[in-house]
Amino acid sequence: MSTTLPAPGTTHGHGPDDEAGGPKVYGCLAEFPDADSLIAATRAARAAGYSRMDTHTPYPVGETADALGFPKSEMGVVMFIGGLTGACSGFLMQYWDNAYGYSLNVGGRPYFSWPSFVPITFEMMVLTASLSGLFGLMALCGLPRLNHPLFNSERFERFSKDRFFLSVEAEDPRFDREKTPAFLATLNPLSVEEVFE
Amino acid sequence: MAIADEPRVGGGGHGPSRDGMPLEPEMWPLVKSTYDGKPHDLATVGDAIGEVVLSRPQPRGWWVGFLAGFALLQVFLVSLAWLFYWGVGIWGINVPVAWGFAIINFVWWIGIGHAGTLISAILLLMHQKWRTSINRFSETMTIFAVMCAGMFPLIHMGRPWFFYWLTPFPNVAGIYPQFRSPLTWDVFAVTTYLTVSLVFWYIGLVPDLAALRDQARNRWQKIMYGLLSLGWRGSAIHWRRYEKVYLLLGGLSTPLVLSVHTVVSFDFAVSIVPLWHATIFPPFFVAGAIYSGFAMVVALAIPIRKWYRLEDFFTDQHLDICGKVMLATGFLVTYGYFSELWMAWYGHSLYEWGTTIERVFGPYGWSYWALIVFNCVIPLTLLWSKRVRRSPFWLEICCMSALIGMWFERYVIVITLTRDQVPSSWGRYAPTFWDYATMFGSLGLFLFLFFLFIRYFPMISITEMRELLPRKQGGGGGHSIMENAP
Repeated sequence: MSTTLPAPGTTHGHGPDDEAGGPKVYGCLAEFPDADSLIAATRAARAAGYSRMDTHTPYPVGETADALGFPKSEMGVVMFIGGLTGACSGFLMQYWDNAYGYSLNVGGRPYFSWPSFVPITFEMMVLTASLSGLFGLMALCGLPRLNHPLFNSERFERFSKDRFFLSVEAEDPRFDREKTPAFLATLNPLSVEEVFE
Repeated sequence: MAIADEPRVGGGGHGPSRDGMPLEPEMWPLVKSTYDGKPHDLATVGDAIGEVVLSRPQPRGWWVGFLAGFALLQVFLVSLAWLFYWGVGIWGINVPVAWGFAIINFVWWIGIGHAGTLISAILLLMHQKWRTSINRFSETMTIFAVMCAGMFPLIHMGRPWFFYWLTPFPNVAGIYPQFRSPLTWDVFAVTTYLTVSLVFWYIGLVPDLAALRDQARNRWQKIMYGLLSLGWRGSAIHWRRYEKVYLLLGGLSTPLVLSVHTVVSFDFAVSIVPLWHATIFPPFFVAGAIYSGFAMVVALAIPIRKWYRLEDFFTDQHLDICGKVMLATGFLVTYGYFSELWMAWYGHSLYEWGTTIERVFGPYGWSYWALIVFNCVIPLTLLWSKRVRRSPFWLEICCMSALIGMWFERYVIVITLTRDQVPSSWGRYAPTFWDYATMFGSLGLFLFLFFLFIRYFPMISITEMRELLPRKQGGGGGHSIMENAP
């Protein structure tokens, strides 16, 4: 499905909305040998006005996320709300169960003996915060998704090994099937290729 | 590219290990060691760890461990079948000692599990980068140890098929659990611990599974690792979320691990049995848990790193550090034993002191002295020596000794019930064949699962090892999860 361009700028496509019935273009993928050149390329592409981009690296390279305009993740809020929900519902569950649902007199202690409800309230907080972290991460990242167009590229599988990739999506307003690969080629990549849906 | 000199923006890398800065000592082994005669780079780190599961034939040691675990697992299954057929009467439990081996093994296993969380979460928060070599390994140990621990309260129930009565669920009888009881807290603590450990472990595994998916040449491996890795594509946005979740999970697991063994110690400390009703129990239990857990990590890691030739990653320096942690926690535990004796004497309680004399010199006094010898005398004299801490053989001896000693500690605590305040309620306790069969059988369950894990999953985090590689070798030049997670 993927085509490695012999030299950037020699494509002769018709843009992302190809009416000739060919495969739809997902975007452009540039391959870099190390994190530093990827960081530089991402910053340059950002400065050139590209906005619908992503980088793909074997380990987190925070500078590229900054350059992509994603300085802070939402996960803290997600997990905080999850944990708060768990703590409140855990406490209320114990309160209702032991004070109303099945009120049990143990040695004359009050039915609402809140200090003994603290451990389970804490455990429920940790449990729901962690689960909301897992499911929130998957939901926000759109995972699991096994059929992403980038996997159509033969080279892309080296992202998890020793290569660093910059992808520019065709949905980017500045994307152009000829100019974008040519621009990426100026950033000293190992290769530039077009990726199809 | 001269980008490395440029000041980094935003949350990106306030880390101490940029180019030109002195390397973290934890990275030395990877800098010095070589792979096929070349210095390590991103690809060789993935090859060295990934080939163990993808292509290398399993070493003979793996088969020995796996088959031993498998055989003991059969013992476990037979003892469970016999137990479910006859009931808990096949064990040696009786009225003064109603819990017996079940709670001894429960506390022993769950204590072992705690080192994994300590290594993966607490050391993460403390910037101890050497943890990277052993965190996957020990997190896995945690999960399987907690599974083994969880078996014992369940099978001790008598009617384990009613285990769901432990949970508060709407039922026609209108009965709910008694939330003032530490036994109910235990249910929540242990299930939460298992779930959170699984989440932490799996989230850490996802990028590694993606690396294996892309490295695999066999169709089945590609499909299995592809499904498990959820289609991970290393996106910068995903990494940023991932790092945040990982860091927050570390922050949540840290109080969690302390709370779990605290709640386990409340099972004893909330009672009024002499020597159980003590405020030192929670910290004493936590220290003992970490002591035995590190012993299990090292005891497993020493043979496995040799079989798989992973000494580049798990170095003698790691053995040294683990030995020091064991030394520190071992002394905390020893202080706990001293404190128990001191409080019994100084407290002027007839029952506390009487029970202490029975514990040390009574019919089960031998087990107290076994505890002192295995837990304090052998490891804590040997581990002072750096040569012992760096010698796989002697460190293995210390670990085995600590594992046996920590088991005896729980035995000594549980056996206290034979001599409480009222002599008319005194009794004896003797485990039966089925007690031993269940105990060693649970070891089989653990080994069986653990050896399957090292066969099918990367036992060292590929991603985090790559982050630790110096920038010159293509790596992240440090650990970004702590320093780079806005």
